[in-house]
Amino acid sequence: MIDSLYLAWRYIVFNRVKTVTLVLCISLVSFLPFALKILLNESEHQLMSRASTTPLLLGSKGNSLDLVMNSLYFSKEKPEFISMKAIEKILDSYLALPIPLYTRFQAREYPIVGTSLDYFEFRKHSISSGRAFAMLGECVIGADVAASLNLDIGDSILSSPENLFDLAGVYPLKMTITGILDKTNSVDDKAVFVDLKTTWVIQGLGHGHQDVKTMSEPGAVLSRSDNLVTASAKIKQYTEINLDNLESFHFHGDSSIYPLTAIIAVPNDQKSATILRGRYLTEQKNHQIVRPKQVIEDLLSNIFQIKEFIDAVVFIVAIAMVLAIFLVFSLSFRLRQKEISTILHLGCSRFTVIQLIVAEIMIIVLFSGALCYAALLVLQYFQGEIVHQLFIS
Amino acid sequence: MINIDSLELSYGDDGFRLSIPHLKINDAEKVAIIGPSGSGKTSLLKLISGILLPQKGEVSIAGVTVNQLSDAGRRDYRITNIGFIFQDFELLDYLNVQDNILHPFRITQALKIDAQVRSRAKDLAEELGIANKMKRLTDTLSQGEKQRTAICRAMMTSPKLILADEATGNLDPSNKTKILDTLFRTTDKNNATLIAVTHDHELLDRFDRVIDFKQYCDLGAK
Repeated sequence: MIDSLYLAWRYIVFNRVKTVTLVLCISLVSFLPFALKILLNESEHQLMSRASTTPLLLGSKGNSLDLVMNSLYFSKEKPEFISMKAIEKILDSYLALPIPLYTRFQAREYPIVGTSLDYFEFRKHSISSGRAFAMLGECVIGADVAASLNLDIGDSILSSPENLFDLAGVYPLKMTITGILDKTNSVDDKAVFVDLKTTWVIQGLGHGHQDVKTMSEPGAVLSRSDNLVTASAKIKQYTEINLDNLESFHFHGDSSIYPLTAIIAVPNDQKSATILRGRYLTEQKNHQIVRPKQVIEDLLSNIFQIKEFIDAVVFIVAIAMVLAIFLVFSLSFRLRQKEISTILHLGCSRFTVIQLIVAEIMIIVLFSGALCYAALLVLQYFQGEIVHQLFIS
Repeated sequence: MINIDSLELSYGDDGFRLSIPHLKINDAEKVAIIGPSGSGKTSLLKLISGILLPQKGEVSIAGVTVNQLSDAGRRDYRITNIGFIFQDFELLDYLNVQDNILHPFRITQALKIDAQVRSRAKDLAEELGIANKMKRLTDTLSQGEKQRTAICRAMMTSPKLILADEATGNLDPSNKTKILDTLFRTTDKNNATLIAVTHDHELLDRFDRVIDFKQYCDLGAK
């Protein structure tokens, strides 16, 4: 058999273009169903692991999937906003701990998550270095954000404008990094966490500027009365919050109607969860409360239905490929009839000829298998990132 | 000694028929087979080597009736006892010269490659002047070098019978002489019998005997 393998190897090396083509074809057809399975398993794992640990999610009525994907995975599809009143309502019920989420903004390509410190406790995240945010303008970044942007405690990161062409929009806010999260292997690694109020500052609902009462620049004050000072655009707005200007930051309007994208509701117990869900099912017209696990299970069942269809397509393609490969081999052996007859004339047995052919096929299949396996290892290494990009972002 | 008795072979739609009542070739004899194209010269070599089976009669080599051996038996007998030099060399283009020479050893359980075999391959290649081409693919060789490689392959098992089918057919006159010299020298060294089909009448006087095949064949409708 070793001699057969050697001769087969020489033939394969001599016909390397044909061999490489065959190896690539077989590898690809073998790779596809396995790759699909790996990606779907990983997506199921990523989606379910987070969904199953989030008991209830309150958001605006509408697409529950958008609500879950945005709140749990910070996807770019944003649900309608709800107001802070919803937080008060849950607090008043004593049925659950509400954790607010406001995920409208980004810093570079990373989502800014406005929340409370309860979020870290709820997700069981610990801070590897530094401390949690304690005042306006401070942020805690995920491990991947720190690694990819080479950021450390004391550095700062700018919020990105929502629209580059919004000339009248608010200035980006320079946020100071006070902490870096431990690696969590979740989307939290790629997020910037700030206090809810900081996101409202980014939005322009709160701001800090020079004291208008003491401003002396000509043209800075448009009108002044006992109770009201009207400033012009000359007034200097702060784009960074520090101890010197912290006191100048203030919010306008009714804070109870300030926006949120969702609220994670952590019920006291199963009974509280049921009561809370019941209340929102019957009373609330503008809000919906969903169980993320249920929403993701529905999504996955759809994905797996599509997978079954793709499996069938891959199966048909695989059959077509096997037939094509069979054709290639049979044509190849027909072309090699003279060579085979030489071998037989020299005194080789028919069994040895079959052994040579099997050895060739075996080597090609082994190479294809090895290539497929290597590709699958690479895929497995990057599966988290790929799934995040494909299914979550 | 090769004995052919009452041998009859016919094939083809045109009624080709080869009939050899008796033919005896002695050990170490060098025999040239001549005859018109299609007269069955190559068929005779194939009958002797067991590649073809006659409809009647028998072919025996050193007391072994080749045509009565099983298919596997004929193959084993051929690869271990007969060196066949094919008309178009029939070298494998994906193997280098060394692997072509050692090829018979790789395709049968009856022969094994060991240090002695490798050494013999090297010696034969040196003797035939292709030692410096051992790692070259056969496509890169000249006709003469291919022919010498084919001779090397045929001689590797030190056969007592060498069948050469138009061994000098595609060569220029100087190469024909060189190849024949080589063939005769290596045959003499092994004290082997040589049966060579040839169209080169100027080389015939170097053989011990010349057999004209016109006497044995009926070309039928041709």
